[in-house]
Amino acid sequence: MSLLFFYSLRNLLTRRLTTILTASGMALVVFVFASIIMLAEGLKKTLVETGSSNNVVTLRKSAETEVQSRIDRYQASILETLPEIALGEDGQRIFAKELLVLITMQKKHSDGIANVIIRGTGKHSLSLRPQVKLIKGRIPRRGTSEIIVGQSVAKRFKNTGLQQTLSFAMRSWNIVGIFDAGDTGFSSEIWGDADQLMQSFRRQTYSSIIFRLRNPDLLKELKTFISKDPRLTLSILREKDYYLKQSETMSTFLRILGISLTLIFSIGAVVGAMITMFAAVANRTAEIGTLRALGFQRKSILFAFLLESLILGFFGGCAGLLFASLLQLVTVSTMNFQTFSELAFSFSITPGIIIKSMTFSLFMGFAGGLLPAFRASRMNIVDSLREV
Amino acid sequence: MIFKILFRNAFRHKLRTFLTVCGMAVAILSFGLLRTVIDAWYIGVEASSETRLVTRNSISLIFRLPLSYRDTIRQIDGVETVSYGNWFGGYYIDQKDFFANFAVEPHSYLELYPEYVIPDGQKVKFTSDRKGCLVGKKLADRFGWNLGDTITLTGTIFPGKWDFILRGIYEGRNKNIDETLFFFHWNYLNESIKKLQSTLKDHVGFYIIGIENPYIAAETSEAVDESFKNSLAETLTETEKAFQLGFVAMSEAIIKAIQLISLVVIFIILIVVANTMGMSVRERIGEYAVFKTLGFRTRQISLLIIGESMVITVFGGITGIIMTFPAAMGFSMAVGRFFPVFNITWETMCLDLAVTVTVGLLAGIFPAYRAVTVRIAEGLRRIG
Repeated sequence: MSLLFFYSLRNLLTRRLTTILTASGMALVVFVFASIIMLAEGLKKTLVETGSSNNVVTLRKSAETEVQSRIDRYQASILETLPEIALGEDGQRIFAKELLVLITMQKKHSDGIANVIIRGTGKHSLSLRPQVKLIKGRIPRRGTSEIIVGQSVAKRFKNTGLQQTLSFAMRSWNIVGIFDAGDTGFSSEIWGDADQLMQSFRRQTYSSIIFRLRNPDLLKELKTFISKDPRLTLSILREKDYYLKQSETMSTFLRILGISLTLIFSIGAVVGAMITMFAAVANRTAEIGTLRALGFQRKSILFAFLLESLILGFFGGCAGLLFASLLQLVTVSTMNFQTFSELAFSFSITPGIIIKSMTFSLFMGFAGGLLPAFRASRMNIVDSLREV
Repeated sequence: MIFKILFRNAFRHKLRTFLTVCGMAVAILSFGLLRTVIDAWYIGVEASSETRLVTRNSISLIFRLPLSYRDTIRQIDGVETVSYGNWFGGYYIDQKDFFANFAVEPHSYLELYPEYVIPDGQKVKFTSDRKGCLVGKKLADRFGWNLGDTITLTGTIFPGKWDFILRGIYEGRNKNIDETLFFFHWNYLNESIKKLQSTLKDHVGFYIIGIENPYIAAETSEAVDESFKNSLAETLTETEKAFQLGFVAMSEAIIKAIQLISLVVIFIILIVVANTMGMSVRERIGEYAVFKTLGFRTRQISLLIIGESMVITVFGGITGIIMTFPAAMGFSMAVGRFFPVFNITWETMCLDLAVTVTVGLLAGIFPAYRAVTVRIAEGLRRIG
């Protein structure tokens, strides 16, 4: 058995150039396959991690995103009295009335502009999101025009450094801090004081209300309560689900693109593998005859050639994945179709993606090698020995 | 004579050649498809007119502008027509069936967009019915709407169920026009808003300005923005093209990635074809030695080899171009809601051909070099 394995391996090594070309063709396909799935995965991960399962997002009924939603002060104050809201260490309810608007900002490295989310926050906004950490400067004072910017925004947009000022809504806003929210969507936001921002933007209404539940299982009861109360025209969602929903359109698009591309590409790669393997069989007709004359069975011959193309697939897959995993260092920022705002996320690789890519690659090797291996095993001993 | 040899040589190894042609066709197909996806992205830019400006709130698109700006804009030099509208953002039955819907001032809007071709009778009916709506042909086909149907949209920005009566179906003047839009009367929206949230009434999302000629676009934009400086709602005016480009630029990262993938595709084909050609030449090195002995020149031998690889790639390329059409149809069905217009352009086809020829040349050059430089005696000794 091991003899055959080494036979296959050595064969690949003798025709080095062809092997490298075929394997690199496969590697490229695996690379494209893996990178697109990684992109969709990265987007999802960013948005899933943005939400937590203890927090609840309240929007106006039928609004899909915070940007579209409007909640008036009257309804907000009704919500604030709900007994299901958790209490913080200071004995106050962990409850934040937030405002969310998009502003257009200039990018740093190109002439492009993009929509950036600016979030008007309440007292408890930070404690609701433990993943948000200040890395430079200080927390803005309430009731002033001080703002803090997320790290991805600070990296990509003009005038977003510490102590600089941004001008929008006919006021200047001083940046007093830069925060990091890890891989979450908050890193692509700017935070300020909700009441100050509402005044400047001349808005009478909040966008969303976020609070922490005393116990995550209370959501169902709360939903029924809200739907029965005629004063409240609100819909309520677990924060995690809300952010997951925002990634739907984009990840669907990426997935369709990825799958259709790799389907087409894989045909090309299988064809390449087939050509290589057919040539290998043709070149070694006499060898096959010899092997058969020595008493190797048809099955073993079939196996040997199949193994050879599987090894090709394996190497291709490894190389492709290796390059794809380097992409984790790259951050992509693009407009999320659902919210119209810019979001930064990175390629993320998971064990599932590795398994998928490897399976895919081995399958390509298998599909490419099957016919040639079959042909090799069906050869007539006498005729093949006659071949020089 | 030489062509005969080329074809004979190319099809000497039927199976291998068939596979290579397949690989080539697949690669050209994917290259063409990717180009088409990118074109589809830019379709809004392509379809925009030189004589239209878009004015919106300078903070961002989600902020509105007072209706009173209409009269101020009208008095600016060079402005011919002013129309206005709101992005409505409603959906039909299911949130996932996205299509763009706008509330617009019907008379001036249709005057500004002559590329939406509507039968005359329908145009009058649409503009005179306050609850009437006008939809693109593709959209009507997608949901099976007929004239006179009542269509109910669910608002996301403006809550509630909104009833419309289908009064007109427009077609694009050419293939680049988006036929998946939904228009209705801005007045209908405004009056309903008055009941809901009076603070939002008499505000529009954007103004579309028709100007006399494209040369005054920059001055007019400046004049418009100047008029509303230091007001509560400052404006940002740009040509329609710039406005659409801004949208495209926001998803730049994905477009760049797709372009990169197209390059990778070309590279893959190159590898596959070069590999095949390398094999054929290796097998026939003895023959080339014979050719040399007979006195064939370097030029002729390399022509033989490069010609052969050209024959194979051109075959594959043409097959690929033909296959792009059904593939694009399928793709457009799968992602129709992202891309209203999905056409394969002449440019894409020409590029396909250019890539084909380049690959044919490059894949032939290296093996040709080997065949040419081999020593005759050595070539004759080799039995491939």
